[in-house]
Amino acid sequence: MSTEGDLLHVITSDVISPQRRMVGRILVWGAAALVAVVVLLQLLQISGRIDIGFTNWRPALYAYCVWVAAFLAGQVIIRGEMGKRRLFVLPAVLFVASLTLFPLLFGLVIAFSDWNLASPDGRRFNGTANLVKMWNDPFYWNALGNMVRYSLAIVVEYAVAFGLALLLAANIRARKFFRVAFLMPLMLSPVAVSWMVGKSILEPRFGPIGRLIRDLGFPSPAFFTDPVIARLMIMMMDAWTYIPFMMIMLLAGLQAIPREVQEAAHVDGASGWRGFWEVTFPLMLPVSVTAILIRLIFKLKLADIVITVTSGGPGGATDTVTSFIYREYRDRSNVGYGTMLAMVYLVLIVIVMTVMMKVSERWTRPQT
Amino acid sequence: MTDATQIFHDSAVDGASRARWWTSRVLIYGLLILWAVVCLFPIYWTVTTSFKTAPDVMQGHLVPWVDYQPAWLGWRGLGMSPDTIGGLSTPRAEFLKRFANSAVISLSASALAVILGSMAAYGLSRFSYRFGFMRNSDISFFFLSQLILPPVVLALPFLVLYREVALLDTRIGLILLYTLTVLPIVIWIMRDQFASIPTDLEEAAMVDGLSVWGAFVTIILPIALPGMVAAFILSLVLTWNEYFFASLLTSTHANTLPVMVASQTGSQGVQWWSMAALSFAAILPLIVIGIALERFIIKGMAAGAVK
Repeated sequence: MSTEGDLLHVITSDVISPQRRMVGRILVWGAAALVAVVVLLQLLQISGRIDIGFTNWRPALYAYCVWVAAFLAGQVIIRGEMGKRRLFVLPAVLFVASLTLFPLLFGLVIAFSDWNLASPDGRRFNGTANLVKMWNDPFYWNALGNMVRYSLAIVVEYAVAFGLALLLAANIRARKFFRVAFLMPLMLSPVAVSWMVGKSILEPRFGPIGRLIRDLGFPSPAFFTDPVIARLMIMMMDAWTYIPFMMIMLLAGLQAIPREVQEAAHVDGASGWRGFWEVTFPLMLPVSVTAILIRLIFKLKLADIVITVTSGGPGGATDTVTSFIYREYRDRSNVGYGTMLAMVYLVLIVIVMTVMMKVSERWTRPQT
Repeated sequence: MTDATQIFHDSAVDGASRARWWTSRVLIYGLLILWAVVCLFPIYWTVTTSFKTAPDVMQGHLVPWVDYQPAWLGWRGLGMSPDTIGGLSTPRAEFLKRFANSAVISLSASALAVILGSMAAYGLSRFSYRFGFMRNSDISFFFLSQLILPPVVLALPFLVLYREVALLDTRIGLILLYTLTVLPIVIWIMRDQFASIPTDLEEAAMVDGLSVWGAFVTIILPIALPGMVAAFILSLVLTWNEYFFASLLTSTHANTLPVMVASQTGSQGVQWWSMAALSFAAILPLIVIGIALERFIIKGMAAGAVK
């Protein structure tokens, strides 16, 4: 899909008078001035010079909204037909930009400060102290290590999802029922799942799995007290929720492979196992890479299940970066340190994802 | 056709392949049923547990009416059993409040994301833009790269900012944030959808005197409706289930169902039946959506998988 050049050619013949342009400019800059004035008033209020009853930054937020509306209207007034086209993309761009760029910049400021929300002292700039603290924090490195372990589980998830996709693509009856059944785990809230599975089914005394293991003659299981088993359980619960997601992407890929290709392979004698590895699997490579990359993105956000089932325990064995920072805030209200950890995590993710994308691009190119 | 007139006999090879066919059938259905059990058992367990009493839980009964007599104990705790549904019930009022929060927040966030995302995706698929150094592919990347942003990076800055603008513990605050998190997915799906619609349609419409926006609203949107529904449903599922932001940014007024479920697990851990009833009530809407709209969910997730 080409993204450069107009795909839709429209001949526009509107002439925009200088007066109209002027009106537009005045509108946009006037609104900007309004924002500046409100922010200035707010700053004066905070510093205690004046008192106009601005208890919070709400007025500045409203002023910003007015500016956005004026800016969008200004586009049409100044640019006419071209401005109307910009109106398709601009709302989303402004929305995302104001909700991510500003918090991210603000987050950078917080990250280099000592700020405990519970204490009345407020924010204090403390340079790189948070970085040093992070470097010496074994629990953070432990959480990062866990993220690597959790991410490696994607390989197994991928294999299972591929198998299920192949099963669903096979010539079977009641396909609709199986598709809905397989999709179900994805629909359920991770929090509900963590109760249903983690706290109830995996309960060592009364849960059905524990009972089954005891009936088979094994000692009473401890799902969440042994570090390795606890981590495995979290992996399995997370896999349970997200396998359907990969499965559906792979199924779509399988269904997009033309029938003739497989028939030709069959005629040439490549059927069954060989046919899969030499025909189906290479054709599925691009879809697989997309599915794995998206799955990895979701995996790196893993937190809900850990927070609600083990809260990182035993001894941080199941901690993810997100759940660790969550507890860092919940237990100690330490916004500055938590934000620094999150920022470092973001940098690591961006590096890893960039490398992964470059590698996968090179890897799949011969096939496409 | 009788045996006497049969011309083509099954050779020994065919017999072997038939045996193989049978084993493969048994294997395929065996695996399918096994995984279906893996997927559905937790739901079954939750439903049945919500009708158990304490001894039934202790003894690990599985099948209602065979193993144990179903009771309304769990649902009574939630104020939704037949004998309590008419009366006043604090837990039920609490539940309904959270339910309403979840519904309002997820529906409005999904709607907002679909509106913003469809417009952006359409613009990107039809016109070439230039904002400073940003071209179309850069803008697309700008949107999709939001997917990589882990929620935890935004969480604490948002906490502080929301406190300053008094959006903490409000529905609007969560709606804005949720819209942001699902917007890249909506754009991903809608970009595919619009790219598959030929531009001739709008050209014809514009020859007939419609403006760009007129053509978009009256011609293109109805065609792209299935994609929009898919994006909407997928957003709905994601926002309904979201826990991390909701637990950080809400406390009493705006907290959603997942927060309520999570907060109950600690204090009422032993009251399995009422927890099961609450969990089931929380996931029921999504089970219904999953069964009724499965087609759209699959369509939404498959978009972009195949280029």
